[in-house]
Amino acid sequence: MTRFEANGRAVEVAVEPRMTLADCLRDVLRLTGTHIGCEHGVCGACTVLVDGEAVRACLMLAVQAEGRRVTTVEGLSHDDTLTPLQQAFRKHHALQCGFCTPGMITTAHALLSEEPDCDADRVREVLSGNICRCTGYIPIIEAVLEARSAYRGDGRAGDDGERR
Amino acid sequence: MKLPAFDYACPATLAEAVTLLAANGDAKAIAGGQSLVPMLAFRVAAPTLLVDLARLPGLDRIAIGADGVRLGALVRWRDILADARLARAHPLLVAAVRHVAHYQIRNRGTVGGSLAHADPAAELPGIAVACDGEIAVTGTAGARVIAAKDFFLGALTTALAPDEIITELRLPAWPAARRFGFEEFALRRGDFALAAAAVFHDRAADGRATNAHVGVIGVGERPTRLPSVEAVFDGARIDDGVIARAAAAASAAVDPPDDIHASAAYRRALVGTMVERALVAAQQRDQP
Repeated sequence: MTRFEANGRAVEVAVEPRMTLADCLRDVLRLTGTHIGCEHGVCGACTVLVDGEAVRACLMLAVQAEGRRVTTVEGLSHDDTLTPLQQAFRKHHALQCGFCTPGMITTAHALLSEEPDCDADRVREVLSGNICRCTGYIPIIEAVLEARSAYRGDGRAGDDGERR
Repeated sequence: MKLPAFDYACPATLAEAVTLLAANGDAKAIAGGQSLVPMLAFRVAAPTLLVDLARLPGLDRIAIGADGVRLGALVRWRDILADARLARAHPLLVAAVRHVAHYQIRNRGTVGGSLAHADPAAELPGIAVACDGEIAVTGTAGARVIAAKDFFLGALTTALAPDEIITELRLPAWPAARRFGFEEFALRRGDFALAAAAVFHDRAADGRATNAHVGVIGVGERPTRLPSVEAVFDGARIDDGVIARAAAAASAAVDPPDDIHASAAYRRALVGTMVERALVAAQQRDQP
């Protein structure tokens, strides 16, 4: 059995070692907000937070999540309200088909939690690991830049649990 | 693709991990998995057992001393970039690691994993070779230290025995006045290098360059120093003419592959440009 925390909830899963964390989240825990694109660590769609750090869930085995704190895009918002980052995505039309969006949101959330004063170049560099095939990157970068203000202060907007 | 089936162990000690590797001929060690998991997905690797090194104690340390920098095998790219001491203790290492992979990969990828994977275009193996680094490993026969130049045998091929685990990369001490440059060309920042050059040298009292080192990646089967390029500026006063000759020597010294990303001729030209830019950067970097 593998035990970890998923979006603040203690979970226990019986999975084969070969199952990736991405497949475990989607198929076992039914957290289908995490999308799977390339399955070999190139596209960034499956980005989740592990102990507060952005990682590619297709490059991590579910068994390696033992004892860790995993946060998916579902874990960033509460109730029916959008987080300031999600609101900024909507305002700037930072998504079209939406496939890449969970990975963009989780990656940007990790970045802004650690570096709420990052500049546009830094946002571009970090998001270069996330591929979008329809909207393009300019509105996404605008949305992330606008959301920075929400992360200043306590720097913890939307995440549950504590960061290492 | 989904990964092939394998067993999994997460031992608590190095001795236990080595024993597991020795007892299972086609077992592989896994740390961050940022190279190995894609290899599994593509069926380039299909081990029957993965031995996870995550719980092994003491391998996540960065030690800085008079003898240089020691990076534990489980040190991640993120840890290197977060360690403010390294800006002084090994600025070339930091400059190179800034080019390693994308944000999410840097949170999982490790020193030991990069060395063991031995991608010909990877930055850390290039730095290990360029800086005359040493790689400490432990196997059933005990611990040994392998010079980086003898460690990388070819693309994805190292001197590591099947039962050996990398424990540490050792880089010799870095004098404060040393001049250096690291230049890489990739299609996107974070992608593998089409070519990159690490250059450093010290300066004699009369202003001549001494201790010339040039290492390149992406242009051969393994990271390598280029002695013919080092000879161009070792003992010389570096000026535009010397830099141009060094760049030409670099293009002449390599025999790069043709692949979908770039032709051999393009890579040959590129490595000359990288050496040129790195030497210019080294000149411009005013040290206290």
